[in-house]
This record gives sequence, structure tokens and C-alpha cells, in this order.
Amino acid sequence: MRKRNSPSAKFPVKDLRVTLRSMNVPEMTASSNGFAIRADRVSRRYKMGDALIRAVDDICLQVGAGEFLALLGASGSGKSTLLNLMAGLDRPSAGSMFALGRDLAKMSSQELATHRNRTIGMVFQSFQLLPRMTLEENVELPLRLAEVPRAERPARVQAALERVGLAARSKHRPTELSGGEQQRAAIARALVNQPMILLADEPTGNLDSKTGEEIMKLIAEIHRPAAGPGRTIVMVTHERALAERYADRIVTLSDGAISNEERLR
Amino acid sequence: MKLGDLTDLASRNLRESVLRNSLTTLGIAVGVASLVALLSLGVGLQQLVNRSVARTGLFDMVSVRPRQNVPFGQPGGGRRSPRDAADLTPARALDEAARKEIAALPDVLEVNPEVRFTAEARREPRSQLVMVSGMPPSSESSGNLDGMTGHFFSGPDADEAILQGDFAKLLVDAGQAPASLVGQEISLRFAQRQALPPPSAQTASGPPAGRAGPPNQEVSPDEEALGFSIVPSEKKFRVVGVTPTSNSGSGQIGFSNAGMYVPIAIAEKMQVVQGADLRGVAQSASGEGEHYAALDVRATSPTAVAQIESSISQMGFAAFSLIDVARNLRTFFAIFDLFLAIFGSLALAVASLGIINTLVMAILERRREIGVLKALGAADRDVRQLFFAEAGVMGFAGGLLGVLLGWGIGRAIQFATVFYLKRQGMNSPNIWSVPWWLVLGAIVFALIVSLASGIYPASRAARLDPVEALRYE
Repeated sequence: MRKRNSPSAKFPVKDLRVTLRSMNVPEMTASSNGFAIRADRVSRRYKMGDALIRAVDDICLQVGAGEFLALLGASGSGKSTLLNLMAGLDRPSAGSMFALGRDLAKMSSQELATHRNRTIGMVFQSFQLLPRMTLEENVELPLRLAEVPRAERPARVQAALERVGLAARSKHRPTELSGGEQQRAAIARALVNQPMILLADEPTGNLDSKTGEEIMKLIAEIHRPAAGPGRTIVMVTHERALAERYADRIVTLSDGAISNEERLR
Repeated sequence: MKLGDLTDLASRNLRESVLRNSLTTLGIAVGVASLVALLSLGVGLQQLVNRSVARTGLFDMVSVRPRQNVPFGQPGGGRRSPRDAADLTPARALDEAARKEIAALPDVLEVNPEVRFTAEARREPRSQLVMVSGMPPSSESSGNLDGMTGHFFSGPDADEAILQGDFAKLLVDAGQAPASLVGQEISLRFAQRQALPPPSAQTASGPPAGRAGPPNQEVSPDEEALGFSIVPSEKKFRVVGVTPTSNSGSGQIGFSNAGMYVPIAIAEKMQVVQGADLRGVAQSASGEGEHYAALDVRATSPTAVAQIESSISQMGFAAFSLIDVARNLRTFFAIFDLFLAIFGSLALAVASLGIINTLVMAILERRREIGVLKALGAADRDVRQLFFAEAGVMGFAGGLLGVLLGWGIGRAIQFATVFYLKRQGMNSPNIWSVPWWLVLGAIVFALIVSLASGIYPASRAARLDPVEALRYE
């Protein structure tokens, strides 16, 4: 097994601030205490008929800058809901969710959109590539939304695709690719805006074990690249073995609450 | 998102469901086409009426008469126009000085006395009563005589006549064309004014010479002021032109709808008795000299008529023009065009429902895509703008196509109308016109209607919960 340093040692807060400045994203404030993500008694409740569903129930959780956290749990345990709250795709019913020191609950929908575009990269179980677009067009989408000048885009798209080994397939449509390739394209799309945090919702769920392993290696490389800054990663999975192999910490959810927490590295 | 990216994505999305979106766009095009076709016909008809009216010379003419309510003993007469009602300018005699003063007004092309009388036209073996009118030289270039067989008067003093087509028919044999009169002579019998000699001459020579003396005796205006006798007279004219008959779209010329026209100078010289002469006899007793019953003032353009009419009223005359009629005509066509636009817009309203339907369907089909866009950082505003852009692209394309289609429909109607009228032996006027403002307005209108149709679908798409949208299968 590779030797792993603690997140704070590998990505000191000072380095992170430098990266944040270069990307024009909000720096971590003192209140975040060096955490990339902090859930403070976060709850998410749904009403289904007369029943009140507590998808996430009063969770307190911190994810350090540069940490790789795996959220484990059975179906319906609330791990995807918690991930959506971290991404700013959903708002908590109670409590506060901080990302890089900013309270997502207090952000306007426009600010949340900017947060998702600049700070967060998302990878989904079903890839969620737009089938009518080529790979490069799919990867270009976050750049369009960020209003990156047209002239800059091709190079950045190409770099993102090269990083996941799909530069040669840039003109292909998602339907012409294997599941593993589609997921790699989705990762390229998530990374093209150079976000600080990568949120992955069962990224290997639709892949065979071998391809899943390849994707996990790619995510691990993104977490701690050979050169350049790493990223904070939160991954939802139900495969304990994968989590144990790659994550720094595993948090297990059960019925919307944290039932177990293990620090691996 | 930038506008370029928005339209790029919108066009891409529209190309994906090409059949459905094409049909929706076609619906807009049909709506715009009906609007353009109807309005182009409305505009064309208005232009046709304007052209016909302008050809009559009615709208660049001001008829000037002395005021009716003039003080007793002064020359005057005729009715007051509504414009004169509040004008307290003292009434004046319509004499040569007034004619010169009116002729000097800005934008006045010419001032001619109105000479109009009834006479008997003879072309053996036929004779026919006819209204004769003096025609000024300017009528040659006014377009009044479009379609005339023959030519205009060879000179202002030529003993020549132009016959109105319907009247010419009465002087020819059955089966003979009215135009065959061109080059032939016609005798005109009329009642001539003959001035009475001065009292000194009367005393010296016995009874008034006007009643028994020779015709066309030269008498000075001062002498004429003493009165006149009426004698029958005859004059020969050579027909130089025959205007088209009234059922082929012409006939009336200026204020004087006459059967026969002679040069105005000749008409004046003929000293024909007119109705106002009787009033003049009584008034001339006051020693005011020669005056006119009416003057026809021609303006350089119809737009100058109102100002000229006002100036003449202020000079103390009754002035009358058809400018108010022209205003009413414009109002009529404005309402007519409005109704056409409303009927034309009905199809566009139906098309707008098509846009709403298409975009709502697109939301259902692209639910996941909207979720992905939001997950990647699209704000509600971006999603709303994307759907607006799609509606706008459909509206713009539909507008362009509709204008072309409307143009084609208008051309087809014009072609069919011309074909029909030609078969009926009638003139084939242009009843269709597509001005640039109609083209531009139709495209902008289609765009606005499409964007308005996109409001509901765009808001609905923007409100989609991204978490729900990403789960959608």
C-alpha cells in the first residue's frame, strides 16, 4: 500500500489559498477551520403524503481540505442526499452546510449555481453525459456556463480529456464509448473548471469491477496527482472494499444519520 | 451564459427534434404569412385608392369662392367652408387682384378661374347637351389624362377639345369606337355674354346694343360693369383626345366632372354665361368691376393644401378642399388595416400555442439534461434564457419564412386578380404591396409572440428541482 500523508500535511491551508486565489474562488475562512466542507447539524426532510421522511437527520461532519472521504451506506441511508447538499444542488431543511467557509444555505440560487460551476465537480453513477453532444462538447459545457472566452476553451477541454486518456475520442458521442470511457469523460467534464472539490456519487456503480478499479485509480490520481494541487474528494459508494482501498476516511450512514466513522489514513 | 453560447445551444437543441420543431416553426410561418398577406393587400388597396385619388387631382385643389355672408352691395357668394366659421376676416371681392394675391401664396402652382357651363355639342346628325369645362395646361402632366387616346391641346389658344369617353360614345354611331372622334370637328352651341354699350352709346344709338348688336363685340371690363345681354353663339372645336370610359377606371378630372374639356384660355374668351353672372349684374351696379364666380387653386402637393386653404380663408374668401375627406380616408384605412392585422394575427396566436406545446414537451424530454446543466453550474436564469432562446430562434426563423410565404401569397393574389380583371376587359391595378416596415414589423412581431409563448415553458424549466431532474428516467 502506498504511504499516505495526512491531508493537512499534503495540502496545507496556505497552499490551498494560493490555488484558490489563482482560480478566483472564495478562500477558506477562519470559521471553516481548514475544512473544505462542514455540515453543521444538517437535516433534510421530505414530506411524502402524510409521512415525514428524514433523509438526512441532524448530521455534523467535516471534510478536510485535500481529504478523500467515502460515504458508505445501504440504499436509502441518505448518502446521496448528503452529497447533493454538499454540492448545493439541494438545500438543508435545518442546519448549515459550509463549503470553503461559505454557508450554502445563505446563498442565492445564482450564487449556488456559481458555486457548483467553480468550486464543485460532480461525477454521477450514470455518467450524465448529454448524448447528442460529442465528448469535447460535453466537457466544454461547464466552461460555457462559466463564460470562459471561446479562444481559451479548446486547450482546456483538450487538457481535461488528455488527463483522463480520451484525447483521441474527443469527437465521439457518448453512445460510441464504453461505460468506463463515459465515466472518464464525465470526470474530465467535472475537472475542466479546476474545482477544489470533487463529489462522486457511486462512480463505479454502473461499471464492471475491472473498469471500476480503473476509475478509482483515476480518482485517486486526481486526489493526489504526481504534480500540481490535489483535490478534496467525497465519494458515495456501497462498495466497502473500494472505499477502504482509496479513501482517507469512511463515514457510514444509516437512516440519515452517521452510524460509524473510521479514519483509515 | 453568453448570447452566442445560448443561441448555439438553442439551435443545437432545436435540430435534435427537427421534425417537431420544423412543424412548430412552420406554424409560426403560416401565421406570419397570413398577417403579411392580409396587410400587404390592405396597404396595396390603400395605395391604389391614394393613386386613383391623386390622379383625379381632387386632393391638390382648393376651390375659392367669395364669402356668402358678404355685406350687402359687395361682390360675394358661394358657401363657407367649416374652416371659415370662426374666421372673422372681412369678406373680399374675388377679382383679378385677389387672383394674383392667391397665385403669390407659397406652394401654389396655378390659379385659374372656374369656367363651367352647359352647351350643346353637335356632330351631324347627332347633338347632345354636355357640361363643358376649361382645362388648365397643367392637367397635361397631372396624370388625369392617363389612358387617353390622342394628345393634349397643341396650345393654350387652340380651338381643340378633349372628350370624356362616356360622352364621346353618345356622338358616334353604334359599333363605332369613341376614339374614332379624334381628329374630327364638333360644333358647340352656347349662351354668350355680350356687354351692353355704355349709356352714352345707348343714348346715341337707341336701344341697348347687347340685345340687338353683333356677337363678340369687344367691350372693356369697365363698360361690361354696366350689364350684358345673352345671345346664342357657336364655335367649332377639333377633337384631339378621348379619355377612357368611366368603367375602365378614369373619367373624373379635378373638381369638374365634365363631358368635354377645352383650353381654359379659350373657355374664358368664349364669355359664356354662367350662373354667377346674374348675381354679378346686380353687384356690378356698385361699380366694383369684374370678378370671378370661383377660382381653382392647384397646390404643388396635397400636403400643402391645408396651409393654402387656411391662408385663403384669412384673406377673406371661402376656401374648400377635400383634405378632410382625405383624412377620413386615412382613418378608414387605418381601421381596415387594424382589422386585417387582427385576423392575420389569429393564425399567429394559434401558432404560439404550438410553441408552448413544443417547449413543454421539450422540458419533459430534456428533464435530465436540465438537471445536468444545473449540476454543472447553470443558474435558473441560464435555463430560462436557453428556452427563451429556443422560442426566439423558432420565432425568428418562422418570421423570416412567413414573410417569404406571405410575399408569395400576395403575389399569387395579385396575379389572380390581374388575370381575372383582364378577362373582364378591365384595367389591372396593383392591389398588393409589401413595404419594408411590414417585413421588419412581421419578423419582430413573430419574435415577440414567440418569446411571450416561451415565458411559461422557460419558467417551468428554470424551476425544475435539479435533484429530481437528475433522477428522472
